[in-house]
Amino acid sequence: MENKSFVSISELTKEEILSLLDDASYFESNPNQRILEGRVLATLFFEPSTRTRLSFETAVNRLGGRIIGFSDANTTSSSKGESLKDTIMMVSNYADCIIMRHYLEGAAQYASEISPVSIVNAGDGANQHPSQTMLDLYSIYKTQGTLENLTITLVGDLKYGRTVHSLIQAMRFFNPTFVFVACDELRMPDEYKDYCNEHGIKYVETHDFSEEVINNTDILYMTRVQRERFTDLMEYERVKNVYTLRNSMLSGSKPNLRILHPLPRVSEIAYDCDENPKAYYFQQAKNGLYARQAIICKVLGIKLDK
Amino acid sequence: MNSNKKELAVAALENGTVIDHIPPKALFKVVNLLGIQCLESSVTIGNNLDSKRMGKKGIIKVANVFFPESTLNRIAVIAPNVKINVIRNFEIVDKHCVTLPDELTDIVKCNNPKCISNNEPMATRFHVLNRTNLLLQCHYCGKKIEAADITLK
Repeated sequence: MENKSFVSISELTKEEILSLLDDASYFESNPNQRILEGRVLATLFFEPSTRTRLSFETAVNRLGGRIIGFSDANTTSSSKGESLKDTIMMVSNYADCIIMRHYLEGAAQYASEISPVSIVNAGDGANQHPSQTMLDLYSIYKTQGTLENLTITLVGDLKYGRTVHSLIQAMRFFNPTFVFVACDELRMPDEYKDYCNEHGIKYVETHDFSEEVINNTDILYMTRVQRERFTDLMEYERVKNVYTLRNSMLSGSKPNLRILHPLPRVSEIAYDCDENPKAYYFQQAKNGLYARQAIICKVLGIKLDK
Repeated sequence: MNSNKKELAVAALENGTVIDHIPPKALFKVVNLLGIQCLESSVTIGNNLDSKRMGKKGIIKVANVFFPESTLNRIAVIAPNVKINVIRNFEIVDKHCVTLPDELTDIVKCNNPKCISNNEPMATRFHVLNRTNLLLQCHYCGKKIEAADITLK
């Protein structure tokens, strides 16, 4: 049986992305509905991720669906050595759709190949986190009114940050210009610069998180610089402060500029930015609810009565 | 080495398969890949034989066994220019090069320890991204592997 699953952002067409954004916008206007009434969805979190799980479970609850699942694999049979396949086969007897988070890369892809019911990838190790990308896209679309021809500046950890990698892939249809701001240790891997070259995506690389960069950008996408990524802790202490956004740096920025961050933040956005109307990271997280409602309805093949 | 001595080194087959022009370093990998150590029929394995084209080469002759094409093509992962000769009644009835398939199922191991394929009882899958400078990509975790880093499963 062929099932629709949502595993990777790169498998979506431009039309599918736009259609999901349209659906997310519909759910933002109508977040509480009964369209999942009578359905049971499973959230299998083999790796804890409170904010993603709450967002998915809220999405289901607000649409009238019921949830089964676990938030920590230590309490399940996988801690007794059960294979992923067996867990998926067992849960697919009970649920109409499985939303899963796993610490191993490719877990959701594999699950989608063996599962009789739809799989939604809520993150598989360092590999993919496509619902995060959908909420990023929705946040950009909503604040800019379009996804086309935007300048997007990515700041911080561009080496390990999977959200920025997925965002580049998803934006390939929309003629973006990317500015990559990072130190040498965390700069954008060649693999993704090659991807940009192959897909005609314009990009600039710089070390300088300057006002000139900020003033020319439409979207400022900040990421967390994690201490454990550094071999040299002196370098971390230096870099941590260089790539911190402060409210004073935003004085000459474009009126349409919005600051995004996948959260949690540590010190990369100073708290004095929070009151600035251009700070959008908390609303961005809220948009995740609507993006996930759209994703769930897509995989379940539910036509929206718009 | 004259042709007479060469024939003595590697005897002619009546029926079977000759796998020729194997780079000497890849010979025993090919043996493992085809599971030749488990065969009951006569097998002749030669290595570091003189070759006009390659300098030195390895060769495997297996009597009375005809491998499926998909099995033989697995060799292309470790030795892309290997020649297959199919012998019937002392005659070569088919002679061709192995060809690398677009997708490799359960041949190569993923080098990413955090890949699901290294942690579940499942077949690996790789896409062949580049044939000339062999480059594979794991279907599951997306990890890319170059020829020098390939480990067979």
